[in-house]
Amino acid sequence: MQTPAPVEYSRATSVDDALAQLQALGGNARILAGGYSLIPMMKLRLANPGHVIDINPLERDLNYIREEGDHIAIGPLTRHVNMLESDLLARVFPDIFREAEAVLADPVVRNRGSMGGSLCQSDPAEDLSGVIVALKGQAVLRGTGGSERVVEMDEFHIGPYMTCIQPTEMLVEVRIPIRKGFGGAHEKVERRAGDFAIVAASSALAIEGGKITWAGVACSAVGPTTLHIERAEQALVGQAPSEDLFAQCGQMAAADCSPNSDGRGPADYKRHVAGVLTTRALSRAAATALR
Amino acid sequence: MIVNISINGQMHSHDVEPRLLLVHYIREYAELHGTHWGCDTSNCGICIVLMDDPVSDQPPYPVKSCTMLAAMAEGYEIVTVEGMAAPDGTLDPIQMGFHEMHALQCGFCTPGMMSTGRWLIERHPNPTQMTDHEIRDGISGNLCRCTGYDNIVKAIRWAAAYIEEHPESARTARA
Repeated sequence: MQTPAPVEYSRATSVDDALAQLQALGGNARILAGGYSLIPMMKLRLANPGHVIDINPLERDLNYIREEGDHIAIGPLTRHVNMLESDLLARVFPDIFREAEAVLADPVVRNRGSMGGSLCQSDPAEDLSGVIVALKGQAVLRGTGGSERVVEMDEFHIGPYMTCIQPTEMLVEVRIPIRKGFGGAHEKVERRAGDFAIVAASSALAIEGGKITWAGVACSAVGPTTLHIERAEQALVGQAPSEDLFAQCGQMAAADCSPNSDGRGPADYKRHVAGVLTTRALSRAAATALR
Repeated sequence: MIVNISINGQMHSHDVEPRLLLVHYIREYAELHGTHWGCDTSNCGICIVLMDDPVSDQPPYPVKSCTMLAAMAEGYEIVTVEGMAAPDGTLDPIQMGFHEMHALQCGFCTPGMMSTGRWLIERHPNPTQMTDHEIRDGISGNLCRCTGYDNIVKAIRWAAAYIEEHPESARTARA
């Protein structure tokens, strides 16, 4: 039987209240959103907070996907099903959110699991993190007194199950820049439906006037965090999209990732798959951008 | 802490540890043993119950009750397999479908499977047109080790057709 260690439970009445509780509990508390990451970690005793602060009562304030000028803002309690079914995300970022959310866990988990929970779990094999890293999203962290800081995803995930969020801070929003001529794709190889990835690749391109003007390339489950393949991004920008170019980028992804051998496969296999999936994702992202 | 949860329209109130999982609240405190307890790791879907947010206009949706603290369920309406049939004992269409199409052998996954199946029908704009892929993807968070899923897919389809023919039967899943 798996049960969390003894823990205290409270509900937040507002974001300010959640932050005040975090402050009062002196770093011994965790924010509880959908629960599909934190509760399993508590059952495994890998997370042992003395106190959980339930933010589900703040659904109306924290579950949103909005277009705000030059970026899309996503609230931390936005459920996976909301991102899967969002017409706004499908229109602005075709089809990367829909593809990743369709293979993230299973429909029942997606009913409750949240954007904030997924990102803060910082599991290097998690699909949504791959997308937001590829899209170079920014995390808005709020601390006590309402002070906010904005961090890039590369600084947000600092290791497996580790983020840069301080004990008295809370993720209050993710912002993703809107880009003209956008196309994105998510490729995943998994052992069975709904599992974490053996390897996943999230790729996005902006193509204007026949040239790639911006690129985001990320790989999941092949490193301590979701990896940016920076060499591939640099190689893509300024070039005309071509299958040769995407194949080269796949080779870069295979070379630059750092998978471990485990129950999901040997490292050399994962390296190979990272290359193949990156090439495929780029190719489909380009087709979508030019559609 | 005192946790008050409405299950199948009846309010339950128990003094429990905050770490108590919803599945154990349902089984050990509310003493409703129709909700089964399976893998304990959010994978198998055996413990799925329907949860209705009274302030939302969405139909009740399935949740894995091993991955929720009982305290988190306060304020929601929980519907377990015991609450599916009408008060006069008439089975819910999904229960009839599982019976008609022989969609169970050992029965361990059945309460969770029916909860998810009920939700798939209720949220689909045109349930009788659901493809096999849609149904199979929809129940991908529910494991069955007996049937090979074929009859479960047929049962969900049977229930969708029954509800289309008998629209008055569609309300019974709500407590």
